[in-house]
Amino acid sequence: MPERTVTIASAHGLHARPASLFVQAVTASGLPVQLTKGDKTLNAASILGVISLGIEHGDQITLVADGDNADAVLDQLVDLLTTDMDA
Amino acid sequence: MTTTPTAQTLQGVGIGRGLGMGPVIRMPDPLPEPTDTPSALAVDAEKVRAAGALAATAADIRLRGEKAGGSAKDVLDAQAFMAEDPTLGDDVNARIETGKTAERAVFEAFVQFRDLLTSMGGYMGERATDLDDVSQRAVAHLQGVAAPGVPDPDHPFVLVARDLAPADTALLNLDKVLALITSDGGPTSHTAILAREKSIIAIVGASGALSLEDGETVIVDASTGVVTVNPTESELSAAEATLASRASAPDVPVGPGALADGTKVPLLANLGAVDKLASAVEKGAEGVGLFRTEFLFLDSDRAPTVEQQQANYTTLFEAFPGKKVVVRALDAGADKPLSFLNDEPEENPALGLRGLRALRAHESILRDQLTAIANAAAVTTAEVWVMAPMVSTVEETRYFVGLAKELGLQTAGVMVEVPAAALLADRILADADFASIGTNDLTQYTLAADRLLGSVASFQDPWHPAVLRLVGEVGRAGTTLDKPVGICGEAAADPMLAVVLVGLGATSLSMSPAALADVRAELARFTKKQAIEFAELALSANSAVEARAAVFAAASPVTTKTQKSE
Repeated sequence: MPERTVTIASAHGLHARPASLFVQAVTASGLPVQLTKGDKTLNAASILGVISLGIEHGDQITLVADGDNADAVLDQLVDLLTTDMDA
Repeated sequence: MTTTPTAQTLQGVGIGRGLGMGPVIRMPDPLPEPTDTPSALAVDAEKVRAAGALAATAADIRLRGEKAGGSAKDVLDAQAFMAEDPTLGDDVNARIETGKTAERAVFEAFVQFRDLLTSMGGYMGERATDLDDVSQRAVAHLQGVAAPGVPDPDHPFVLVARDLAPADTALLNLDKVLALITSDGGPTSHTAILAREKSIIAIVGASGALSLEDGETVIVDASTGVVTVNPTESELSAAEATLASRASAPDVPVGPGALADGTKVPLLANLGAVDKLASAVEKGAEGVGLFRTEFLFLDSDRAPTVEQQQANYTTLFEAFPGKKVVVRALDAGADKPLSFLNDEPEENPALGLRGLRALRAHESILRDQLTAIANAAAVTTAEVWVMAPMVSTVEETRYFVGLAKELGLQTAGVMVEVPAAALLADRILADADFASIGTNDLTQYTLAADRLLGSVASFQDPWHPAVLRLVGEVGRAGTTLDKPVGICGEAAADPMLAVVLVGLGATSLSMSPAALADVRAELARFTKKQAIEFAELALSANSAVEARAAVFAAASPVTTKTQKSE
């Protein structure tokens, strides 16, 4: 399965608005996406899961997607995470 | 009046001097916890109910977001995703499979996530409140009852609540709120501060308010703190007459604050951002008594540069040419931590490394800030004063004043918020050019009652004689040494208390611009001699309630006389 490792660009990490935007993009893709930070892996469409990981600016996370256009979806999510969504 | 009073009255603390009347609408009570009784339905049927309620809740929250717009929409969109969260949904289903009802399963699943977020603290902890709101809405949907939250009827109303959460007030339709009554919360509560800022007629801490029922008519008189329930015809017409006479009575013209005998009491504005300047100037602020600089530093993981700060200070000073502007050095407090100042977690942050203590531990930030203020002062004509937050000792006073002068600032003073600083005001004012009393923190530290904790809000009353005695210590030291003593807490915005504070020796009052007109009018009614008498009455009381009652009783004959002579 395709995967990407990405460094979070948003100044306040993946909280609040950036977390909403990210979860929105994952949900819209319709694919199952897993998010891993350290030794924790969870469903990337879960805003509560994403918030509870406490992902900060500069943290590295890994995304794994499964499905027909998994590569395109992952590229799009990586674009989002490498943009400062708080700016 | 000879009619037997049939009406019931409630006593609370009025915010401002407004008078309003209308039908009560109660803020719905939080829903009780759903009982953990085994489900009588099939597992699949409960799952369908739960999924339906969560989807409907998400849709409803999104709709509210569309209506609210702006930053409220972002918060509400995030809440909608919480209702639709797949992990939460799985958790709900797992609980239903053990035989629980949909209500109970939804409730328990949210509690589990809430506890997880709360245990993480900080930003995540604050989201726990959002999660509670979503949970309540979903459970209400399942039970077929009205969702708790701010009511929005199609007619004007008097809102009655235990207290309002910041999230509630963000969605409050102020055009329809005739007045606000809370049973809990003191004059420094979030609700009171909001009411003062938005000029909402409000009475807070009115015990018994929760016995009011929807549709009952009330008269809310903030000037006395009295709520009249189900008033008689004559009481209603008297209130309407008072409203009419107030509307026709000329306002005390916007101008310098002064007592009836001409004693000047400059009225200044508390500001926390440069964009509020116009409103302060329009309402007749004679300067700025407290400019909070935290906004320059929040949402930032490092301090802004000298140049960035200087541009902001210059804008501020240019709005008050030739006038006094008191800038408070960065006050990273218990309620507003900044990552680059408070890096160690503290068990008890209100008693920790905050205010000047934190600045001293990071002196370069303080030096940069004072340098930026001095540079801006040099290119404008405002009379710039600087003060240090949360000073406890004479030694700290000397440190701050020394540093400010070294960096080119002419007038440097301290905030008196810690009882130790009030008790040694004579020593502190020997070194400082002025003192400014922050009554919110002074009350918190004197009564040992956390400002942010609703359960001890009743202690958080600046009318308390212990607080007033400390204010009197500072006032006396100021008079003896001929040094200015300002007040810059919420207490200065309470018109009657403002008179008492002047009686205790305060020489200027600083407040939210919205409160200036009421305080100006109240000061104009009394002489310095009367203010001193009121101060003595308040000091000799045993409690905040007694102090307030004694002063209002002494002041009220004047009120009656004024009204009759009109």
